[in-house]
Amino acid sequence: MEKIHFSRKQLGIPYALFLALFVVIPMLLILFYAFTATVDGKITFSFANFLNFFTSTAKLSTLLMSFTIAIISTAICLLIAYPIAYILARSRLKKKNVLLMLFILPMWINFVLRITALRELLDLIGLLGSQNYLNVIIGMVYDFLPFMILPLYTTLEKLDNSYLEAASDLGGNKLTVFTKVTFPLSMPGVVSGITMVFMPSMTNYVVSDTLSNFNITILGKLIDEYFTTYDNWHMGSMISIILLFIIFLSMLFSGGFKENKQETRGANLW
Amino acid sequence: MAELKKEEKIIEIVNVTKMFDDTAAVEDVSFYVRKGEFITFLGPSGCGKTTTLRMIAGFDIPTTGKILLSGKDITNLPPNKRPVNTVFQRYALFPHYNIYDNIAFGLKLKKIPVTYVNDKGETYTKYQKLTRKEIDEKVKNALAVVDLEGFEKRSVSTLSGGQQQRVAIARAIVNEPEILLLDEPLGALDLKMRKEMQIELKEMHRKLGITFIYVTHDQEEALTMSDTIVVMKDGKIQQIGTPTSIYNEPANAFVADFIGDSNILNGTMIDKYTVRFCNHNFKCVDDFEKNEKVDVVVRPEDIKMSDKKDGMLVGKVVSVVFKGVHYEITAIVGRSEMVIQSTQSRNVGDVIGMIIEPDDIHIMKKAFTVNKYDGYITKKNTVVFGDGEFDCDVTTLYPGSHLDEEGYLITANGEKLDLTDTDVNVEVDLTAIEISDNAEEGGARGHIVSLIYKGDHYQYIVRTEENEEDFVLDTEDLWNENDYVSVKIKPENIRISLKQEIK
Repeated sequence: MEKIHFSRKQLGIPYALFLALFVVIPMLLILFYAFTATVDGKITFSFANFLNFFTSTAKLSTLLMSFTIAIISTAICLLIAYPIAYILARSRLKKKNVLLMLFILPMWINFVLRITALRELLDLIGLLGSQNYLNVIIGMVYDFLPFMILPLYTTLEKLDNSYLEAASDLGGNKLTVFTKVTFPLSMPGVVSGITMVFMPSMTNYVVSDTLSNFNITILGKLIDEYFTTYDNWHMGSMISIILLFIIFLSMLFSGGFKENKQETRGANLW
Repeated sequence: MAELKKEEKIIEIVNVTKMFDDTAAVEDVSFYVRKGEFITFLGPSGCGKTTTLRMIAGFDIPTTGKILLSGKDITNLPPNKRPVNTVFQRYALFPHYNIYDNIAFGLKLKKIPVTYVNDKGETYTKYQKLTRKEIDEKVKNALAVVDLEGFEKRSVSTLSGGQQQRVAIARAIVNEPEILLLDEPLGALDLKMRKEMQIELKEMHRKLGITFIYVTHDQEEALTMSDTIVVMKDGKIQQIGTPTSIYNEPANAFVADFIGDSNILNGTMIDKYTVRFCNHNFKCVDDFEKNEKVDVVVRPEDIKMSDKKDGMLVGKVVSVVFKGVHYEITAIVGRSEMVIQSTQSRNVGDVIGMIIEPDDIHIMKKAFTVNKYDGYITKKNTVVFGDGEFDCDVTTLYPGSHLDEEGYLITANGEKLDLTDTDVNVEVDLTAIEISDNAEEGGARGHIVSLIYKGDHYQYIVRTEENEEDFVLDTEDLWNENDYVSVKIKPENIRISLKQEIK
């Protein structure tokens, strides 16, 4: 029987097909819809959606709202996750993987179920309906915390202890060692974590809808409304493009695209 | 070593033990380091040398014991409070800083006392940070010391191993520590680079005049660079001394073996200043108790080759290796191997004589607690050693194994092994050997060559005729010298271990 040989190019075909079908074509479609308008049943090229977005106070305030919620949620996640990841990674506990697992475990439960449960809990303590912003932020933090812990833990766990010893040997006290060596060297994990939390908290409208009784609208919700409620694919696509652009900008800003990174230290988990 | 005055001690380690979980990495170690000396901790990996260094640096805290710095107890002081800097094994240069910032790291944190005079003419002291200019100056000087002028702006990843090593040294010495600790700093460099750096480090030590504490497993490095060497093994100090004294007068067989090349042979003192090994009596300069079992160390360069008829020992050459300056000749004498270094060559197969001067025979007390032999397993799963054959339990070689009906060994994971001719190490306790006057009863036969009364028991040495193998045993029974006896050992008292894994 003759053996079948695949060249590298041939082996790449399934991936290329997948990419074309589920990434390139949808992207092109979104682009197409974003810069067109349907006038009298005819589709024509148009900048109207773009102009509309940046002149509509309602849409801009939604953007601002999403931004604020995302920034606050990310900051809180970072503040909670860093100490946890640090303690777990630097401790000599033999069972630290089990402890880490406890923080990751909620991810295994269905997300809608978790949020619904949280809603009931907030209702029970009387926050539901009265503290919409707080509730949404609690929900976002609760939901995305594991995504912050994991990359931070991976980075800190692989951090060579001799760097910290060297810093303390050269006269650094515990605080200096942390601010001058530990934290800078854990930056890849921080950036990775921020990216993992910031983006979803701008769009995850299940959280905002459920926990604010539909009182808070974020960008993701807006897109959904245009596609489903208003049946305006053009505006929906435009907002998607703008969101995509924001993501791109933030990646550029956080160094996600930086070339020749010295050491990624396993933080690029995703 | 001469007695030293107390004020000369910069570091003193007092009865320090360091436990990791349940194992002792360093066990009850005591020594001191003199101000300004180049001291080296030498030993194989896992001997506790790095742990000792880390305790001086402050990275590890002793479980028990004290560390004194110029007489002050610093046992529990954190690393940043000690006037000590470390050059790490893998350099540990901060990857997010350039060379300048790496070297300036310590300087930027440093606060020095500055004396001022106020309006009333009183002087007062304030702790101040170094100015930018001072830091620049010091970094520049440190880079000059390590020959890396102009490297300030380079990033760590663009440097070669040797250059990173130099930066690591510069980063440590720029802080002007009282003691510089170096943890196998040359381990990652190639041979040529290592030799160069050895000379440079020694030169740096001379120029800076500070105390260097150096850790290495390379005996040649230790001999080349140090003023004092501390030889360690299994968390304990084996010997402290100058390179010359450690090389010429090793304290025990381990030191002799570890430092330089040596022939280590089993010998017996047969009289004052006379030792017997390789079936020959040698005059020597050490005085030990008569009939004491000793380790005899002879350096390969101390054996002189002669004609067969003139030699104290006669052996057959089995290998000749050219080593550049000398030849390394291995000869078999009886059952022992002798390594000889000589500028003259011989051919493989030559029968040569060997002469060893009394001065060159180093005799060390044998810590005699157990009989050790080289043995092998027979077809019948018995073990042959000491000119005799004994029953033994071969399943102890592999935990969880058992024998099948045909006598093959089945290991815990079901593998079937034929142990015939497997080389093993055999150990038998002194009290586990019995002697009998029925020559057929025991596994080996010989004459009692020595008996020493040890208060509550006698210690006998039974020597076999064929290869002069000795059985040392303790028993309360009385026998006479020259009795012809057989040696009995119960199978469970014969401890066997594999020389190497069976392929």
